[in-house]
Amino acid sequence: MKQQTGMTLIVKTITRLTVWLIILYGFYIILHGHLTPGGGFGGGVILALAFLNVLLAYGREFTGKWLKIPFLEKLESFSIILFLLVGISGILAGKLFLANFISKGHKYHLLSAGTIPVFNIIIGIKVAMSLFLVIWILSGLKLEEGEET
Amino acid sequence: MPIETWLTFVLGFMIIGSIVALEIKDILSSIISIGVVGLGVSVAFLFLQAPDLAIVQFLFEIFAIIILVKVFIKKDYHQEEPSKINKILVGVTVITLVAIFIFSISVFENIPPFGKPLMETSKYYLENGARDTGATNLVSAIILDYRAYDTLGEVTVLFTAILGALTVLRISTRKNKNKE
Repeated sequence: MKQQTGMTLIVKTITRLTVWLIILYGFYIILHGHLTPGGGFGGGVILALAFLNVLLAYGREFTGKWLKIPFLEKLESFSIILFLLVGISGILAGKLFLANFISKGHKYHLLSAGTIPVFNIIIGIKVAMSLFLVIWILSGLKLEEGEET
Repeated sequence: MPIETWLTFVLGFMIIGSIVALEIKDILSSIISIGVVGLGVSVAFLFLQAPDLAIVQFLFEIFAIIILVKVFIKKDYHQEEPSKINKILVGVTVITLVAIFIFSISVFENIPPFGKPLMETSKYYLENGARDTGATNLVSAIILDYRAYDTLGEVTVLFTAILGALTVLRISTRKNKNKE
């Protein structure tokens, strides 16, 4: 029989049922950042909390296999370059740095407001990956300190 | 009831929570009191009609509580040694704080009333924000269009902080592995 890590079966089942709903809610908050309260920061924290939920319920090994941590680190570093690239493409479009150069569209539509949804998505990815990676590294450090004592 | 009454109630609640968090002996109860203070902040933001800030504050409070509980729950921090209180220092601090409060009452009387800002910029944002940017959430419009440089700075700060934390913590993790 395999060694059980993480919390009890009840917590694992509830997490398995709800974690995708939490992730969906995070994406909703990020994508609707220019229409309703919320945006990149709030939605990113919701995504990080969903991953943290899995980490608490299932333990470190399962989460490491499920999430592919090196890919998350690359995504975290790449998102800030993406932010700068969108800013510079404002210059290439003939306006200022970080200018809102895409057409604004109609009010209250999902695809509107130019570059604001793009920035929201980038910031959401950035915040989610950063907060989760900090928790990930801290949890690894804590485990090995526990082994020493 | 006017909004100031509710705000005063929430602020008093938060002050009591902070005092409890400082003075209580059990560390878990202290962490829960900190969470109550954070919840008070988020409720205050809701009363001030800032749902964006309320959402972010509430989520970060959950995040901080999880980190604090995970750090403190397994170690034996539950016993707290009674600290020696310097009575003269405490007296001087209390007198100074009361004096500052009395002198600052006249400052509170000059604050502009709720919902009527003095700045011209915020008036411009409120009137023209939706037309200029096309975004109906004005907070998003300000932080990602008018003030996009600030957001770029924030993202850079976050990036640098995470980079430093990852580097330092990863080095210590590797050293632990080499010892084994």
